[in-house]
Amino acid sequence: MGFQIFLQLVITGLAWGSVYACIALGFVLIFKATDIFNFAQPELMMLGAYLAFTMITMMKLPFVLGFFITLVLMAIIAALLEMSVVRPMVGEMHLAVIMVTLGLANVIRGAVGLAWGYEELQFPSPFPQDPILFLGAAVNQAELYTILATAILLTIFFIFFKYSAAGISIRATAEDTTTAFLMGINVKRVFTVSWVIAAVVATIAGVFLASFTFLEPIMGFTGLRALPAIILGGMDSVPGAIIGGLIIGVAENLAGFYLEPYLGSGMKEITAYIIVLIVMMIRPYGLFGTKEIERV
Amino acid sequence: MAVTRFCVRDYRQDLRIFPSPAAKISLALLFLFLLVLPYFGGTYLVFVACVCGVSVIGALGLNILTGYTGQISLGHAGFMGIGAYTAAVLAAKAGFPFWAALPLAGALAAIAGLVVGVPALRLKGLYLVVTTLAFQFIIEHVIYHWESLTQSDKGISVPPAELFGWKLDSYESFYYVILVLAVATAVFTKNLAMSRTGRAFVAVRDRDIAAEIIGVNLAKYKIMAFMVSSFIAGLAGALYAYLLGLIGPDHFTFHQSVLYIAMIIVGGMGTVLGSIVGAVFMVLLPEVINAISGPIASAYPVLSPRIGAVAVMVYGFVIIFFLLFEPDGLFGIWIKLKRYWKPWPFSY
Repeated sequence: MGFQIFLQLVITGLAWGSVYACIALGFVLIFKATDIFNFAQPELMMLGAYLAFTMITMMKLPFVLGFFITLVLMAIIAALLEMSVVRPMVGEMHLAVIMVTLGLANVIRGAVGLAWGYEELQFPSPFPQDPILFLGAAVNQAELYTILATAILLTIFFIFFKYSAAGISIRATAEDTTTAFLMGINVKRVFTVSWVIAAVVATIAGVFLASFTFLEPIMGFTGLRALPAIILGGMDSVPGAIIGGLIIGVAENLAGFYLEPYLGSGMKEITAYIIVLIVMMIRPYGLFGTKEIERV
Repeated sequence: MAVTRFCVRDYRQDLRIFPSPAAKISLALLFLFLLVLPYFGGTYLVFVACVCGVSVIGALGLNILTGYTGQISLGHAGFMGIGAYTAAVLAAKAGFPFWAALPLAGALAAIAGLVVGVPALRLKGLYLVVTTLAFQFIIEHVIYHWESLTQSDKGISVPPAELFGWKLDSYESFYYVILVLAVATAVFTKNLAMSRTGRAFVAVRDRDIAAEIIGVNLAKYKIMAFMVSSFIAGLAGALYAYLLGLIGPDHFTFHQSVLYIAMIIVGGMGTVLGSIVGAVFMVLLPEVINAISGPIASAYPVLSPRIGAVAVMVYGFVIIFFLLFEPDGLFGIWIKLKRYWKPWPFSY
């Protein structure tokens, strides 16, 4: 009985962790390519989930078609946002960039609240609702699909970044923008593409998250817990973001269940941030982050 | 010819707080105006002015940490919350008088600043931001869940302040307390900026490794910045508690932290006048939004539960607008105006 609960928690944790990993991947991608910290990433996830909801319920499109159209819409929105709001801020000091993306997050959050209201909505999950048995534990199918889909998605990304021309040019820009310019890479396009990929990945994460929880306007704050995932993994490390996300997801769920009787409710929400504090004490650059060497 | 800060001829002129006689006169006029404000303004106007005053104090505190020392903090509302709840608990549950609860609130917030500042010594840039964010959420969590102390959602009711026997239970009377404290904080911050400590702060912001090389003790000044900033934030929070009479957990959330950063950016980072102007602007903004969204809500009733979202969007737009077009904020606009008109008609 104890083991079954533990297994359920771990699987739920991995599902949440996959969502965090996707959002964290978006953060890290944008940060590596453009040196911009996109605080609006959780709101992009929320926007994508709500758009998918609209496509599927209000426009009565079949799930796959609605999902695909949402991805295209989010790609366009992300590209427009990048070109209008973010591109002018490249090279400005960090606080200004953070504030611009925070402002953007506010705008998106307000727009979602204005357009869809503040009540919880039930997302039309394409996955069957009945739990299946996995090693003796009853598990929500949506969670299993989330873990599986994220794993496939991340494998595709790995192949994309390692072997495709576009992926290599993004990595090159991330490493040294000036040299990338000199080598003939269209750096502006790389910036836009990194935002598009981040938004698409966030949308996928958002749709999955809404499938096994609810569609609600505080999804932005839920997604903000992907920030601890990046800190844990190191801000410029893609594998770190993924591993960090999974660790945070599992730790949250375990702490939520096992620690709440002792430390009160709400442990699930706060565990991620406590982990941030602990990690920052021990390794100020995250598990896999590169130490910044400053020269004067 | 008026001497301004643009062309100073010796060190003594550079050290002056007021760059010109015109600045002194306009400041005196402003002070007179603020003194008589309660007599011709309605109660609501005085309340808004009080909120402005509290926000000015808070913004000045954040400006010391982020504007002068460059430590970006998303946890400012958390420190204000600590100050507010300390004052509230001391006043409501332990019967402390106003003049004792206020500094104790600041002191406890300063201790919290120490707790945040020591780990923050090693952290740079975005790691620091997320760590302060983590503190913000943890403080929010503790405020919400330590029910025996903070009564969570129900909030704590704060008795009105009493000073030298006067019961300050009206907005008009408390207004003067806030005004005095706000002016004192502004004077303090201005003097701090021009002192050796202030220069050390700016050195830490601009090039901290170089500062350490020339002998600025990084640890001492970073921690000092955190503690001073949190003390002022605690004061502002405590004043807010006395002003509102009832505080709850959602007065000190992440949203408020973002609001304070917006204040100092919109106003002009690293300047005292900028923080003041930014704070007043960001407090008046929701009033303007309310005035506009009222008619909209009655015209389109379906929107009325969602009308708060308009405020959120407007905040976002204002922040983006200022950062894209005028990164130096309102203060920057003012300086540019002055620079244009001073040598007019020969400006080009």
